[in-house]
Amino acid sequence: MNYKMMGRFIAQILGIEVIFMIPALCISIYCRESAAIRGFSWSMVMIALLALGLYALCRKGKKRFYAREGMVCVGLSWIVMSLMGALPFYISREIPKYIDCFFEIVSGFTTTGSSILPEVESLSKGILYWRSFSHWLGGMGILVFLLAISSLKGSKGGYTMHLLRAESPGPNVGKLVPKMKQTAEILYVLYILLTVLNILFLLIGRMPLFDAVCTALGTAGTGGFGIKNDSIASYSPYLQNVCTVFMLLFGVNFSCYYLILIKQFKTVWKDEELRMYLGMVFGSIVLITINIYGMYDSLGETVRHAAFQVASIVTTTGFATTDFDLWPSFSKAILLCLMVIGASAGSTGGGFKCGRALLLFKNMRRNLKKALYPRRVEVVCNNGQMMEEGVLSNINTYLSAYVIIIIVSFLLISLDGFSTTTNFSAVLACFNNIGPGLEAVGPTCNFSGYSVLSKLVLIFDMLAGRLEIFPILMLLSKSTWKKG
Amino acid sequence: MKIIIAGDGKVGNMLTNQLSAEGHDITLVDSNPEVLEASIESYDVMTVQGNCASMEVLNQAGIQETDLLIAATSADEVNLLCCMTAHGMRPGIHTIARIRNPEYSNQIYKMRDTFALSLAVNPEKQAAVEIERLLKFPGFLHREAFVGGRVEIAEIRLEASNKLCNVSLNELDSIVKCRVLVCAVLRNGNVVTPDGNFVLKAGDRVFVTAPTNNLAILLNNIGTITKKVKNVMICGGSKIGFYLAQRLQKSGMSVKIIEQKKERCIQLASLLPQVTVIQGDASSQALLYSEDIEEMDALVTLTGLDEMNMIIAMYGKKCGVSQIITKVGRRRNGNLLDELELGSVVCPKELCCNNIVRYVRAMQNQTGAAVTVHTIADGQVEAMEFRVNEKTIHCNEPLKALKIRKNVLVASIIHGGQIEIPNGDSCFTQGDSVVVVTSSDKVLYQLNDIFE
Repeated sequence: MNYKMMGRFIAQILGIEVIFMIPALCISIYCRESAAIRGFSWSMVMIALLALGLYALCRKGKKRFYAREGMVCVGLSWIVMSLMGALPFYISREIPKYIDCFFEIVSGFTTTGSSILPEVESLSKGILYWRSFSHWLGGMGILVFLLAISSLKGSKGGYTMHLLRAESPGPNVGKLVPKMKQTAEILYVLYILLTVLNILFLLIGRMPLFDAVCTALGTAGTGGFGIKNDSIASYSPYLQNVCTVFMLLFGVNFSCYYLILIKQFKTVWKDEELRMYLGMVFGSIVLITINIYGMYDSLGETVRHAAFQVASIVTTTGFATTDFDLWPSFSKAILLCLMVIGASAGSTGGGFKCGRALLLFKNMRRNLKKALYPRRVEVVCNNGQMMEEGVLSNINTYLSAYVIIIIVSFLLISLDGFSTTTNFSAVLACFNNIGPGLEAVGPTCNFSGYSVLSKLVLIFDMLAGRLEIFPILMLLSKSTWKKG
Repeated sequence: MKIIIAGDGKVGNMLTNQLSAEGHDITLVDSNPEVLEASIESYDVMTVQGNCASMEVLNQAGIQETDLLIAATSADEVNLLCCMTAHGMRPGIHTIARIRNPEYSNQIYKMRDTFALSLAVNPEKQAAVEIERLLKFPGFLHREAFVGGRVEIAEIRLEASNKLCNVSLNELDSIVKCRVLVCAVLRNGNVVTPDGNFVLKAGDRVFVTAPTNNLAILLNNIGTITKKVKNVMICGGSKIGFYLAQRLQKSGMSVKIIEQKKERCIQLASLLPQVTVIQGDASSQALLYSEDIEEMDALVTLTGLDEMNMIIAMYGKKCGVSQIITKVGRRRNGNLLDELELGSVVCPKELCCNNIVRYVRAMQNQTGAAVTVHTIADGQVEAMEFRVNEKTIHCNEPLKALKIRKNVLVASIIHGGQIEIPNGDSCFTQGDSVVVVTSSDKVLYQLNDIFE
């Protein structure tokens, strides 16, 4: 294992984290929040020192870097980044317990949006911004950002593929253009453009600037930290609709946007995952609207709430405009299903991913047919291209790991004595990076009631969910650390 | 520059390695997903799986934005079709195809426009030319020609008996009695750019720049006995074997080919009536013996198996054949080959790659690009020939006054008909040709790149 190279990567990532704390510090200074200023400045100094030390320690070393290093490096970076990112909360004393700070920032970086705070409006502006910004950074991935800004010299740039694969969601991660740096740049440029567009649309609806920026950052990462206690509910219907549309946009595979940019509309239109995603969203909105009809004043309002909640859940954002815990069981069941399936591969959303579910279904159908006609030969295709058996078996492995983690986490947090629905939805909400669950962790409640052990389990779930299980699971495996 | 490489085989891989290091955007196309997976994990490239001659796959690979297509699949026909299709889809594109079948070689030249080829490369033919050149000057392991063959960089291995052992480079001129320049020394697999105090040792591989007509003097004066090659034995009747036999026969040498397959033997015998074709297993020592291996001046091993070639070469050495040339398919074990003393090692794929890389560099930098590029010393050193043109800086300034990049050496200056092995007072002017040797990673695209 090439520890030195991994050390260099982690040091660089901490460096980026320090730089990204500057805007938060500026906001705190502008708003004259002394606690937050102290929190950010001390954290920045500490993280910078750590990064420098680590870099000095790992300055020279071999360049060998393989799939194993890629996974471990991504897993470790996210953990270290979260441990350090929690410091401002802790030092500023705005969240008293470190475990809660850690939970909050992991929830931020993994774009979950589950909070342990009973109310957020009393937090200082700088801290609120840092919470929302963590969504934005975690959404597209900090290593992808590193790949976009660092210059990779030499021919042996292939190792960057391991990093992209480990951090980007989806069963079949590929590049958009031959160079990794450019691929990462394109992804971030698209991401920034969409975010800015979102801010503009929110500003047109007369949302205050700070609210607009934080909401847009939370939407872009499909995170879900609000800056109001009632999330988005108190904003005007127009703003809620803007949020609905942008949440859905950020749940689309970013390579679709690139294809639109290079004018390959036909490929986008024929994309099976996109069709499934849009079909699923539309179907759910219709069904829920019928189911909850009569709970709100008008049809328009019903549709608006249904659409917002569906978008928020399917993209795993977790904003809320209404307490869907009060909805009939059928609607809640639909939302629970959407929670599991999640957004498209290659988007900022979490969950099992539409693309994966689609392939899993196709594979199942094929294997069932094979049981009837044992000699039948059939391949699974996606967008007209044959899928390798390796990809399919990988998805099956993923499903097994997915189910096992849910069961184990569910058992562990059940020790705390909440209801079964609460526990189960809490695990689903964290593991799929959604945010709110049902009942005691519903949209109006929070996770503060859980014990330290449960919080650690949920933190693990959030990280495993964002990094698609393997990089985090890898860290626990003995064979990863064994020499030779 | 955006480049599509169709065919991720040995040549494709070598090209990917070189061209991605030079910063080009490379898309690899191959029908085998496994080799593509291996490439994407080792290089910063994109891959597309499929048949490179189909429009759909070329579209996926982004043919519309591509500047150059290199078709290096194993089938000539596919390569041609690939280039034609690409050209049809994007008329401005440059295309390079690898065409190996001797039967096509004439028509490729005549029908270049129909096939839409900018360049056709034939690794086997190139290898044959290279081997022939080596046979004409026994004593050198490699020879690379510059300026139309007037200047060469030749490689000599210093045996313990060589006069140059334990000689410092300052004393070199007095021994060889002609003006030569040692531009690189390969010692234990590492390249050294030597200065005047550098002392040569047995086992070194020395790269010498000299005018071509000084090479004989050089060999003579350092005590390498050179006998004109008359009898050549070629083991393996592959395409290179055919090309080589054809050329050697024309220059009046007596050639014997040993080939295992009966049909191929018949084919060769009908194509080359004056060559002795022997059907049999070249790895059998009894056969080699009965075919008078001890009487041969040179042995060339060209079978399809690297290991077999090495073993035959070692046996030939033992039998006292003075010049041995071994063909290898891959250079991965460069260090190892060196210790085996296999004589000259020729790698057709490498020759072919050099050719293509030169084309790419010339495309990128239409004026002032290298005229010739050779990689020497197991690929660790590049030797390049440039023309001095009106854009070249520091013309007419003595070299000692110039700041030249580290690990870059001006190996010779050709001024009119005069070949000069430069010293500190030398300078170049417009119209000259300059041969530069570099062992640094930085690519020299034009002559001005040699200056700090």
